[in-house]
Amino acid sequence: MTAASTSSTVSAANTGAGDHFGFLDAFAKRELRRASFKALCIPGYQVPYASREMPIARGFGTGGLQLSLSLLTPEDTLKVIDQGADDSVNAVNLRRFILATCPGVAATTRTTAASVIQTRHRIPETPLHAGQIMVYQVPFPDPLQIIEPSEAKRRRMHAEVDYARLLVRLYEDLVRFREVAITNRYPARVAGRYVIDPSPIPRWDLPKLNRSHAIHLFGAGREKKIYAVPPMTTVEPLAFSDVPFQVEAFTDDEGGRHRCARCGAGDSYLDEIVLPDGGRRWQCNDQDHCDSHREESLR
Amino acid sequence: MIRMNELSTPVPPAAPLAETRLPIIAARGLTRIHGPGCLRCLESTGGTTGRNLCPHCRSVVAVAGVSFDLHPGEILGVMGESGSGKSTLVRLLHLDDRPTSGTAHWRGTDEGGHALEVELTACDAAQARWLRDRRFGMVYQNPHLGLNFQVTAGGNIAERLLTAGEGSFRAIRDRALSLLDRTEVPRNRVDHKPGHFSGGMQQRLQIARALAPRPQLLLLDEVTTGLDLSVQARILDLILEIQRRTRVAMIVVTHDLGVVRLLAGRTLVMRHGRVVESGITDQILEDPQHPYTQQLVSSAL
Repeated sequence: MTAASTSSTVSAANTGAGDHFGFLDAFAKRELRRASFKALCIPGYQVPYASREMPIARGFGTGGLQLSLSLLTPEDTLKVIDQGADDSVNAVNLRRFILATCPGVAATTRTTAASVIQTRHRIPETPLHAGQIMVYQVPFPDPLQIIEPSEAKRRRMHAEVDYARLLVRLYEDLVRFREVAITNRYPARVAGRYVIDPSPIPRWDLPKLNRSHAIHLFGAGREKKIYAVPPMTTVEPLAFSDVPFQVEAFTDDEGGRHRCARCGAGDSYLDEIVLPDGGRRWQCNDQDHCDSHREESLR
Repeated sequence: MIRMNELSTPVPPAAPLAETRLPIIAARGLTRIHGPGCLRCLESTGGTTGRNLCPHCRSVVAVAGVSFDLHPGEILGVMGESGSGKSTLVRLLHLDDRPTSGTAHWRGTDEGGHALEVELTACDAAQARWLRDRRFGMVYQNPHLGLNFQVTAGGNIAERLLTAGEGSFRAIRDRALSLLDRTEVPRNRVDHKPGHFSGGMQQRLQIARALAPRPQLLLLDEVTTGLDLSVQARILDLILEIQRRTRVAMIVVTHDLGVVRLLAGRTLVMRHGRVVESGITDQILEDPQHPYTQQLVSSAL
């Protein structure tokens, strides 16, 4: 199927007559933009918004999708990744839908070329630059959800900067495992005030949020919340003063660091792949980073 | 004698002495009415009426016109039967509930150790939280109210310390262990969840948790109820030991005469939300003036 025929099928089936650029109507976009501005003005604060019904199921990235659709203009270049890959099912579907409903928007897999990057589970390894917008698909926007089921109480806890029970979780981990066992969704304090759930990115990616040049927008479609990390804003992982936050080490049996089997990189987040013969192979999770690193080394 | 003392020991500076005489809590006319309330609520309940439900508006007069002073380092007993308003009084002082009328003046220190006075009945939510987190400690009859059963004993103490602003894991761990030592919970149980503890140990852990941020006021609501006698005795000893070492002021709520006899220097006897008798504990127990207190004392003996 060609790109053109895909485009006509999606728009005919879902938007009907009088297509809007970016699928959403003007009121929905205005509300999303207002919520995004508010989120940027109060870094880390979860702004409620009326999440629209989308032609994909909630839980499949509707929050991120709505944010992207409200942000994109025909001059933009889009990159969509899922777990670091540009060609996984979720990323392909979202990219196809956005391209079909936003005529003029170009797609890319290059991190450096993209102006809007919608992502699930990863922040690209390539450093982001000013002018880029990261859009996250968020399943659970509230870091306090694991310790307090009542949203009314959680709001009060945020208002009172009452995050002691999150630190109790770290304490319990340190006592049981001698290290913090939170592998993803590691709670982080934004601009010294609100603690956010940075969506299921690994610990590895958390330092990239700190004083980043790009805008980071988090959209939770099912939970109907938008929050943001503005450019050059401090993002500190929650930690005890005498137990520093640590990212994944990827140490091998000899105490060295695993390298990517494909590009040889020793400074990226790696996936462990179990081979049919029972062996293990380590490979870059970020596809674009791996590709460009490989090209460079081949040149 | 006085003359001899003056000659043999240097005269202590007057100011701190006067300072310590100021009450840590001065409650005046505390009243809590659950329900709409009406003008005849107070006159038609309590005393000779023998009820605390207002027949005119069906409001419950839980506490009416309670006044007392609590001095630093003192243990004040609050005694009375079920429904006499003991727990409501403690809830008012712990800022879990607001009085319908009356005042309670708290006198303590701020973060810098400077004198600080707060009107408990008029403080805002942030102040109330600060007081609860750093200045007050509360021990409930039911350990499920005072402890988090999802986390370990150490985690329970850590939560109080973290809320009070402690940020070092090592410091939290050390303080948790020393508090467990002080409350006679074995050190090797620090990483066990309170659900695996005996009732007495849960109660001692609650006391350890309440003491964690070095509170200036400790509220104990029926802490020994439901425990067997030997465990009760250990906990009462522990409370006395804590009072002797830390000089923290305490309010001990109980329906047990033995508890006030052992712990409290002064006692309030409550019935139908009113204080029917107050004074030195020994005096109240040996020579009760009010018919209700007489009945209470004679029924216990």
